[in-house]
Amino acid sequence: MTPAKQLLWTPSVAFWWRDVIRFLRQRNRIIGALATPLVFWLLVGTGFGPSFRNPAAVAAAGAAGSYLAYFFPGILVLIMLFTAIFSTISVIEDRREGFLQGALVAPLSPAAIPLGKFLGGTTLAVLQALLFCLLAPLAGLPIGLHQILLLMPALIVTGFAMTGLGFLVAWPMDSTQGFHAIMNIFLMPLWMMSGALFPMPVGTGWLHLVALLNPVSYGVEAIRSSFAPTISESLFSGYVTGVCVTALFAAVLFAVSVRLVAKRSRRG
Amino acid sequence: MSHPDPNATIVVSDLVKSFGDRRALDGISLEVRRGEIFCLLGPNGGGKSTLFRILATLSLPDSGSAVIAGHDVVADAPSVRARLGVVFQSPSLDGKLTILENLRCGGALYGLRGEELESRIRDAASALNLSDRLGDLVETLSGGLQRRAEIAKCLLIRPEVLLLDEPSTGLDPGARLDLWAALEELRTKHGVTALCTTHLMEEAARADRVGIVSAGKLVALGTPEELTSALGGDVISLGVNPGTGADLLAKRITEKTGLPASVVQAEVRLESREAYALAARIAGDFPGEISSLRIARPTLEDVFVARTGRLFADENLEPDSRPAPKKKRH
Repeated sequence: MTPAKQLLWTPSVAFWWRDVIRFLRQRNRIIGALATPLVFWLLVGTGFGPSFRNPAAVAAAGAAGSYLAYFFPGILVLIMLFTAIFSTISVIEDRREGFLQGALVAPLSPAAIPLGKFLGGTTLAVLQALLFCLLAPLAGLPIGLHQILLLMPALIVTGFAMTGLGFLVAWPMDSTQGFHAIMNIFLMPLWMMSGALFPMPVGTGWLHLVALLNPVSYGVEAIRSSFAPTISESLFSGYVTGVCVTALFAAVLFAVSVRLVAKRSRRG
Repeated sequence: MSHPDPNATIVVSDLVKSFGDRRALDGISLEVRRGEIFCLLGPNGGGKSTLFRILATLSLPDSGSAVIAGHDVVADAPSVRARLGVVFQSPSLDGKLTILENLRCGGALYGLRGEELESRIRDAASALNLSDRLGDLVETLSGGLQRRAEIAKCLLIRPEVLLLDEPSTGLDPGARLDLWAALEELRTKHGVTALCTTHLMEEAARADRVGIVSAGKLVALGTPEELTSALGGDVISLGVNPGTGADLLAKRITEKTGLPASVVQAEVRLESREAYALAARIAGDFPGEISSLRIARPTLEDVFVARTGRLFADENLEPDSRPAPKKKRH
């Protein structure tokens, strides 16, 4: 007889594995999450390139200094955001198609569903981002062991946070249309105002404040620092701050998700 | 919690649940004994889905209690969930996965893994004749096969109690027979208690006991034989000619025969142990008023009509049988 404890790891690993299998079986999702940002990167990158004249940003972009190079980390974050969104949208489908009700009557810890989803979304987001990193030399960015070692923690915490954003939007929703609306008015601006697309001005203006308060900025910052050919002390402290703040943000999103699920599983 | 019947596996006491002004459950009490196959019969909207969701720990009652295998569904939901297998009306399978992957996933939700999980999957698949379909993607399967895979997923966890919501929805007659054979086997081999909701009389007639639910109340409870034989013999249904009021005809028949005649969907109904002789007499007494005459052994539908004065189709849809469109659900 199964003991009456609430299960966490075995079910979470099952959800995690299921998300990866489902994603790999739906090729259009892989293409959607990878091709859209690629096109975006090339079009916006080459279009804006000539008019890109921000000395601070050029320095931040490392030796390459081009807009394509500046924009590259931002695109990695966008890929992760798209992948995370695609993987969390499945929460809505699961509810509609009935898979979720089977999970809700199982003796699960309230953390089991979010943990599985977060791990699944993070895995897919990081894998897609790494795949895109193969194009880094095209932007003139170095991609060696040292960059990969720095990138991995940055990508993992950012992927976890992006999945968290997607999960929190998806969990209360009944329709995928609603999800797209929230994505356009909330998630995309969050990304645009993170320094991913253009350098946020440093100083006292409201944009600076937005960048400071926007948790996505820190993920972009950490990923951008990872690409520096040599890492200076100030760049490294920026990297550590970026990873830590993003990790904290991800942890908060996870905690809120667990609370939401705990409430939801006993609704009246 | 006092157990009036020590063999009762499911004890429902005075459950009440309202949605706005509407009482979906209006003080239902019933017991299901260990190893029993119990059917909750009722029209859509009668309250059986609400009761199902409360028993499945998906919904909270306003008042009253429900105890499954000695554990309260509200106070101790985790213990109930660990002992409960639930077969939903809309399958809880993932169409993008194969049957095998769905079973692995379903087992993992109950903490099963490794060789234990694989051997249970083999047993469940062979019990439901799914062994050579394990590699098929669920979305490519017929409704009957999907339902069988759904039940196999439930069997993996070896539940003490099985809850099934309208289990034969979308099944062809052959698959329905298979389903009932599987339930019988579970009961005899493993002592599983099963409670299923249905709006199909034929299905309820196969259960050990039937509870008829209407307008949130339990209107009848017993074995199918007890319920039908409690009616006063056979059932006579009279079609009424245009121009004659059914109510008036029922009143006149009652006056003439001394038997209570009721009007259900513009037909006059009455029960009698000597239905044939009575029918002949009524036909002779009211030759101009009657357009058709039918005599039949009472069915559970007649029990329902006798207890509620309504036909099944008369009731409205339950508000909780569809998701609330705009309201946030947490």
